[in-house]
Amino acid sequence: MSLPLPNPSKNKKKGTPEPPAMRLIVPLQGIVQGRGGLILGSIIPCALFYFFQLYLKKNRRRNNRQPPPDSPPTLSPTSSNAADLQRSSSRLSLSAARTPARISARASGLAAPNTSPYYVGSDRAREDPYHEFDNPNGVIQVGLAENRLSLDMIEKWIAENWELSMDSDGQLGINGIAAYQPFDGIYSLKVAVADFMSYVVGDVSFNPSQLVLTCGATPAVEILCFCLADHGNAFLIPAPYYPGYISYLTTLYVLTQIGSFPRPIKCVYSFDRDIVRTGVELIPVHCRSSDDFTLSCTALDQAYNSARKRGLKVRGILFSNPSNPVGNLLSRETLHSILDFAREKNIHVISDEIFAGSTYGSEEFVSMAEIVNSDDLDKSRVHIIYGLSKDLSIPGFRVGAIYTSNEDVLKAAKKLTRFSSISAPTQHLLVSMLSDTKFIREYTEINRKRLRMMHDSFVASLERIGIKCAKSDGGLYCWVDMSAFIKPYNEKGELELWDKLLTVGKVNLTPGSACHCVEPGWFRCCFTTLAEKDLPLVMKRIQTVCESCKSSS
Amino acid sequence: MLSKMATGNGHGEESAYFDGWKAYANNPFHPINNPNGVIQMGLAENQLCFDVVKDWILKNPAASICTVEGVDSFQDIALFQDYHGLAEFRKAVARFMEKVRGDRVKFDPDRIVMSGGATGAHELVTFCLADPGDAFLVPAPYYPGFDRDLRWRTGLQIVPVQCHSSNNYEVTRSALEEAYERAQEANIRVKGVLITNPSNPLGTVMDKDTLTSILAFTQEKNIHLVCDEIYGATVFKQPSFISISEIMTNQDCNPDLIHVVYSLSKDLGFPGFRVGIVYSYNDDVVHCARKMSSFGLVSTQTQRLIASMLSDEEFVDRFLAESSQRLAARHSVFTGRLKQVGIPCLASNAGLFVWMDLRHLLKDPTVEAELALWHVIISEVKINVSAGSSFHCSEPGWFRVCIANMDDETMDVALRRIRALAAKKDMPNKAAGKRKCWQTNLQLRLSSRRLDDFMGIPQIGSPHSPMPQSPLVRAT
Repeated sequence: MSLPLPNPSKNKKKGTPEPPAMRLIVPLQGIVQGRGGLILGSIIPCALFYFFQLYLKKNRRRNNRQPPPDSPPTLSPTSSNAADLQRSSSRLSLSAARTPARISARASGLAAPNTSPYYVGSDRAREDPYHEFDNPNGVIQVGLAENRLSLDMIEKWIAENWELSMDSDGQLGINGIAAYQPFDGIYSLKVAVADFMSYVVGDVSFNPSQLVLTCGATPAVEILCFCLADHGNAFLIPAPYYPGYISYLTTLYVLTQIGSFPRPIKCVYSFDRDIVRTGVELIPVHCRSSDDFTLSCTALDQAYNSARKRGLKVRGILFSNPSNPVGNLLSRETLHSILDFAREKNIHVISDEIFAGSTYGSEEFVSMAEIVNSDDLDKSRVHIIYGLSKDLSIPGFRVGAIYTSNEDVLKAAKKLTRFSSISAPTQHLLVSMLSDTKFIREYTEINRKRLRMMHDSFVASLERIGIKCAKSDGGLYCWVDMSAFIKPYNEKGELELWDKLLTVGKVNLTPGSACHCVEPGWFRCCFTTLAEKDLPLVMKRIQTVCESCKSSS
Repeated sequence: MLSKMATGNGHGEESAYFDGWKAYANNPFHPINNPNGVIQMGLAENQLCFDVVKDWILKNPAASICTVEGVDSFQDIALFQDYHGLAEFRKAVARFMEKVRGDRVKFDPDRIVMSGGATGAHELVTFCLADPGDAFLVPAPYYPGFDRDLRWRTGLQIVPVQCHSSNNYEVTRSALEEAYERAQEANIRVKGVLITNPSNPLGTVMDKDTLTSILAFTQEKNIHLVCDEIYGATVFKQPSFISISEIMTNQDCNPDLIHVVYSLSKDLGFPGFRVGIVYSYNDDVVHCARKMSSFGLVSTQTQRLIASMLSDEEFVDRFLAESSQRLAARHSVFTGRLKQVGIPCLASNAGLFVWMDLRHLLKDPTVEAELALWHVIISEVKINVSAGSSFHCSEPGWFRVCIANMDDETMDVALRRIRALAAKKDMPNKAAGKRKCWQTNLQLRLSSRRLDDFMGIPQIGSPHSPMPQSPLVRAT
């Protein structure tokens, strides 16, 4: 990529296909020549090259025919067939004559299909979704942390209060909704979200002016990381962790690249999964089943030291509480020791608390905000991520939040929200919904109750078929131990079981390896997308696959 | 212990363009509460047709999922979190884009990628096309926000292509070549050309020949062409708007190099909805942009509302007709009354602004003199207009004035103030009687006291601003 501008007259006829072809030919020549056949040594690579070109040409032609016949041709002027034909033929001749258009290095990596089982499974579940009557053989989705248990309450509220939500101030009307709004969220929504957070977390007050609202928790994490880390820095992260963080940070890598290299040397990176290791790196702090997947300080220290040894600058520690995918809560002591650790090393603390309101167990949820409230000194290093997607089960509305006491982070984050702000009608709707405290109290209570019931029956059903779960108190999922059914006892065995569950059993779970779990055989199951009546079928499907695994071994 | 991005100056908010916003925010005009405040004419917002939209929303309660009629689909909408966007939304937007382009081109809904406003769309395209250190050629004058939106997080450089008033700012082949060579000499890799059509700040549309020549240039150099067409529906009189999509269908060209940025903020006047669109003819860019769009998704509630609104073809037709009619009326009142006092504007037929020529009021043709005049306008005439130098205009003395973000009464006050400025200029030279004279004998002494006498309005402070938010976040 460090070449100057492409020159069409260069002898490079096919552009990108050439490098892979060369990579194939040179070693081949070596091998064949080594055995003595000079002729073979040249014929085989030439033939291979020829077939390769032929294959590419074929593919290209097929791609050109891509626009399906039923959809209108993208480019034809009046959708007349003649014009369309002419255009696609012109494209053919052109692509043969010119070097293909180059997009940026980061784009070519992202355009590639995502191979993580987390995404593969979700795609499969989307293409072939289970339905009791319409598609009884479809894939049951337990891989997506989405809460369908309490939507009816929100629906009811809206039916009763829609007039309020359309026009929250009585006089704003379309002007207040459609015109430019502050990018970091309207103040009344900040107040409402801050109050909601206080209620959910319990007895901690949040200052609305320290909130920055974004369109979803995804950009919230991204923006926060932008503010805290340069390219090449690292974050510590307790593992297993949310598989989506990889995609956040893959992009993040690209983005932070700019922070430190205004004119970077080209060709330093290629965009694939390895990027995470060369860009903003996530250093996993492994938690184990023997400790109930709790975070230990020695593990934290070890991870930090090993990162330092490799010359990495650790900028912070990022964790989710309630943890995703395990569902356990961080105790007050653990939070204190994380803070002590961060103070000692002078690094940031990012606490992702998007499941704070979705707790159902006996343990008490403690927010990092409560820990830091007592100490002014540490406030500037603690940042909290929140969102309404999980606790209010409205992921489509795209509401995320950053809460920070650090003035500089606040300023920078507000400016960065210009790329990711929330649509105004949604803001107004939520202001009136969140301000209805009676409704919010009722909703949260009932939602927790339903979560608890669903969790309990899900875990009990699993136990009945001989499968145990780790103890969990929050989140929309449980962390299931299927290590008894995998063979061999490693990641390969785990992925084989995952594949069987998906293709034979038609249940989509998230394998622990996608969450960077150090022990094989653990799976994340989201139970909030199910109804009580679906449980027997899910269990039957899981059981069938597990038994076939057992009998084969 | 923060990143360089957080502590750096990449946001570029230390320019005159943003100073004007601050001045407005500190003392905003209000007809009753603060009649002597600053009038905002720096915001390209289309408020002329809100009533039409409001009527539609009231008549179609089911469009919003938050009504009794629409609540049935609440569950599906609230849970939908796919970054492709609702199918109905993509379809309706594609159809709307076709309508705006006079039904002369087709758009494939599967190529519609959404993003957080045009701001997000521009950044998304840049992320996809350029690596840090690469450059885009951008014909100047261009929208000041590009300096931030295109460069801040992506590391792109902008090489301005200088255009001149002498030929109505036409983007010529030679100017493009010159900029391209300049970049190459500086060892900068040029990855593309970015044009805005209709132009912001000029309010002009590009003709067929210009578009064809720009397209040919990019194709020959094998670089990308990004077309910002967010003002497409604001064209209010002939010549009509020609989209690049129309040009490329009649040309022998490589579509992989062509990308369109669109948004509903200007054409429909919905900046608060934060709907930006990337429409690329390059499959890789579509895939990549779609993955990155999770950083700027539009709320599904809004998607649904827009889908229903834009699917109502009868409404869309009425809206487009009404909108251009009102814009035309506003434009002709504004330019007509400026002409009476000897202030010419660049002939234009689109956009939410005019490109006002105050070259004759400059002491000397320098950027300093332009900024001096701008300071007089903001602090004494009390309107916030944007100086040409913020737009990288090569000739000092031009100003962008937004005309669609206020009601008729406010517009009237603004016009009176501008006329006062012209009259004041005129006075010392009245004896000479000729425009030529005061053109050469420029003075910029217009004390606020004298202006107040002239206006007959007592000066009051701004105890409380009805717009509490920062001007920067509203910057467009």
